[in-house]
Amino acid sequence: MTSTPWLTILLVLPLVAAAVVAALPSSQAETVKRVALVGSLVPLALVAYLGLNFDQTSDGGSTFQFIEARSWIPAFGVHYALGVDGVALALIAMSAVLVPAAMLAGWNDVEERGSGSVKEYFAWMLVLESLIFGVFAATDVFLFYVFFEAMLIPVYFLIGRFGGPRRVYAAVKFFLYSLLGGLVMLASLIGLYVVSGEQLSAPSFSLFDLVNLDLAPGTEKWLFMGFFLAFAIKAPLVPVHTWLPDAAEQGTPATTTLLVGVLDKVGTFGMLHLCLPMFPHASRWFAPTVLVLGVAGVIYGAIVAIGQHDMRRLIAYTSVSHFGFIAIGVFVMTTLGQSGASFYMVSHGFSTAALLLIAGFLISRRGSARIEDFGGMQKVAPILAGTFLLAGLSALALPGMSSFVSEFMVLQGAFLRHPVIAIIATLGIVLAAVYVLHMYRRVMTGSVSDSVAHLSDLRGREVAAVAPLLAVILALGFFPQPVLNLVNSTSSWVMEHVGVSDPQPTVAKAGQ
Amino acid sequence: MGVQLPFPTPHIEYALLLPVLVVLGAAVVAVVIEAVAPEVLRRTLQPLVAFGSLAIALAGCVGLWDQRQVVAEGALVVDGPSIVLQGTLLILAILGGLLMVESRVDPAGDPFAARASTIPGSADERAFGSRRQTEVWPLFLFAVGGMLMFPAANDLLTAFVALEVFSLPLYLMTGMARRRRLLSQEAALKYFVLGAFSSAVFLFGAALVYAATGSLDFAGIADSLSGDPTNGLLLLSGTALLLVGLLFKVGAAPFHQWSPDVYQGAPTALTAFMSAATKVAAFGALLRLMFVALGGAAWDWQPAVAIIAGLSMLVGAITAVVQSDIKRILAYSSVAHAGFILTGVLAASAKGLSGSLVYLVAYGFVTLAAFGLLTVVRSPAGEATQVTQWAGLAKKSPVTASVFSLLLLTMAGLPLTSGFTAKFAAWSAAWGGWQSAVVIIGAVSSTIAAAFYLRIIVSMWFADPADDVSVVIPGIGTRTVVGVGAASAVLFGVAPQLLLGLVNGVGVFLR
Repeated sequence: MTSTPWLTILLVLPLVAAAVVAALPSSQAETVKRVALVGSLVPLALVAYLGLNFDQTSDGGSTFQFIEARSWIPAFGVHYALGVDGVALALIAMSAVLVPAAMLAGWNDVEERGSGSVKEYFAWMLVLESLIFGVFAATDVFLFYVFFEAMLIPVYFLIGRFGGPRRVYAAVKFFLYSLLGGLVMLASLIGLYVVSGEQLSAPSFSLFDLVNLDLAPGTEKWLFMGFFLAFAIKAPLVPVHTWLPDAAEQGTPATTTLLVGVLDKVGTFGMLHLCLPMFPHASRWFAPTVLVLGVAGVIYGAIVAIGQHDMRRLIAYTSVSHFGFIAIGVFVMTTLGQSGASFYMVSHGFSTAALLLIAGFLISRRGSARIEDFGGMQKVAPILAGTFLLAGLSALALPGMSSFVSEFMVLQGAFLRHPVIAIIATLGIVLAAVYVLHMYRRVMTGSVSDSVAHLSDLRGREVAAVAPLLAVILALGFFPQPVLNLVNSTSSWVMEHVGVSDPQPTVAKAGQ
Repeated sequence: MGVQLPFPTPHIEYALLLPVLVVLGAAVVAVVIEAVAPEVLRRTLQPLVAFGSLAIALAGCVGLWDQRQVVAEGALVVDGPSIVLQGTLLILAILGGLLMVESRVDPAGDPFAARASTIPGSADERAFGSRRQTEVWPLFLFAVGGMLMFPAANDLLTAFVALEVFSLPLYLMTGMARRRRLLSQEAALKYFVLGAFSSAVFLFGAALVYAATGSLDFAGIADSLSGDPTNGLLLLSGTALLLVGLLFKVGAAPFHQWSPDVYQGAPTALTAFMSAATKVAAFGALLRLMFVALGGAAWDWQPAVAIIAGLSMLVGAITAVVQSDIKRILAYSSVAHAGFILTGVLAASAKGLSGSLVYLVAYGFVTLAAFGLLTVVRSPAGEATQVTQWAGLAKKSPVTASVFSLLLLTMAGLPLTSGFTAKFAAWSAAWGGWQSAVVIIGAVSSTIAAAFYLRIIVSMWFADPADDVSVVIPGIGTRTVVGVGAASAVLFGVAPQLLLGLVNGVGVFLR
């Protein structure tokens, strides 16, 4: 499209910032933080520029834009190939907002812990940001895999070096779960390579070549399963979700925000972006199974969330429930459902991030994450309570919040094809109201307990971290159209490759 | 009465055999030096002869790059794979030699026993306490010479001779550790007894294959297979025994029992060289035997190799999880790696050959560097090899911890490391048909293996430091070895085409 390799620049910027941060002397902690913050704001500006220049008028042919491709490993047919479609761009934009927000929120994480290196903390975050951009922008499946696996290392160190008391357990559990998924995906990747070598003139990992392969039904199912398992672990779907609550509990709030808000999206993004177009028949064949898993996740995650005592675990389980919704949206095979799922990924990123970061402020003030240890906080810290309520209402998909739009679209898209699934999943919304309001009531309302009476309200830095997130949530709740336009182009591309058409296409318009 | 039989002079292509001849010749020279030169002179002369001959041999390998010929009356072959393997072996030998001359790590200035024949703990031993011995150098050169011959051997007898030439010095050198001498001598005895047994098995296999095919050279065996195989049972038994002999050398399960003890007991400088180079040499010979001589019977041996590959990967990975000594962990992980390389052998194709070669090169450098790095972390009793002793190493020496983490992640096969390139090359060759199952077992055991690699990393970075352990700053030799290993891990990971292009470009075995 364009001669300037914008996406490569986007990838390199955080890395440069990370290198600068690493080179600064350890004694200058404040400088380190400022450089890191600026290093994460510059990519945000670039993403905004890309968003403005993303051509939405064209239909079909240019689903992917800002394309770059260079040969990397000719022997394997691997290319360094980048390009973004609507969903990828939306998720990159979300990540570009969340990273500076997480940094601001985690400004004093290392000092409060009492040990560890400030430099290391922020450098790992910047490295992670670069890899996140890479994984969303890769149009070569091998390159995608490389980013997918490489992301593990920064997260591993962020959890293992800066987390809570059981951080090592959580970090290793996270790493092994992810690596298992990744290696099974590698086996599938090798299978794709072999098949592409047989069918094309030369083996290729380009997504655009792989979607045109003609796979034997048996092979296709096996290959699908390899990819799907990796994505299901990453997302995570029930029953391979058990690493998430541990990681969320032990990581710092900033780490957990990036983990749940951004990294987990790679799983659902991969399902939509890779599994469906590359393995259309297998995706259709497995769709009922995935839908059942999704519904199970929606209900199970919500019920378990209600019973949690630790706020971070509670939020992690709400995410398990929300990822169930996203999986349903992806696999109902309607444009509405897929657009809804894509939009859900973006809005969930913002609402979970807001919820986690504010919960993090609460936890660092009180020194405890147990819901029972709080009470009456809204009298002590009204701004904190207000923002927490907003974030919570977003998590339960109140109309006017972006999550309402996405959840409604997913359910409506699901109803077109599988009414039963949609009806059961609707219960998840009811349960969401229970867990959010239950937590809010116990933490914020009631009489002020002695242990929280002296706690302070949000400071300027903390407001600056979460205010943009809440603003985005509200803005997209009222004006979802810009993001919907972005994700719709991807949905039609995916639907075209899966080879299904909407049951009642006219209804799709009504949902928007 | 007496019929005079003509005795034709064998035709030897000396120029083409330069690498092997130089190293073996230097070994003989080294023996002479050992006999006549005074001790002070020996200490400078021996390494000089060793490194000089290895460098000349390496240059010879480069010069012979395009040669493809059966030489020495059909006993040896100069072809693409043999030159790649010999070049790799020579580089590994030079790096291994650098670890052996390291004088700054051990307080006594030498990693080997002052005099191997003295009884551990005796007054005799103390009398020689400060002495530095040089007998290892001729042994080392003989071992390298045998290893160079092994993957180039074109008949079963030459292969057997090469096997013995490189094995015997290794048995001896295993028993020469300066510290923990009883452990070292026990390891040497185990290695010798089991190794001699496996050599006998190999020889018996060779006899049976000869009985079945009437030929000892690989081309002849292949020819008789393409005809009507009348002695199926003999051939099968012979193949099985040959396989056992070779799989013992590469340390594949269930023939791996010696490797943890030997890896742990041998002087670490030698373990580094042995673990890397023995695998390269023995896999080279295994590949040639299986692809050239027995390629026509692939359907017969593939199931056996598949089972052994799967078993090695699982046994290596699972057993390593419960080990507490890093040398033993690396030993078991090398069993798993033998399984991964066997997936390439399993493919029985040109891609399988190049996949295995890529794996051997990538694995060799990384393993050598990992063992090299083991020597610098020490407690008063010698090398600190317990995982618990490595706790908190990142606080004492961030560089050591970072490099060791990189090497471990490479062995685990993370993308952008050479370990990933190697796994991808070997597995993609084997993928297809029923062999895919072995690849899936490989993926699962890689995850298990990651658990123990991670355990070391966790302990280095996240735990509190152990008290009596310190990191010594090694000499330039050890630093070179570690640097080359780490560089190869990154280089062949980020730009795999360098290695893949090199290996794919040399073609297949010459018949």
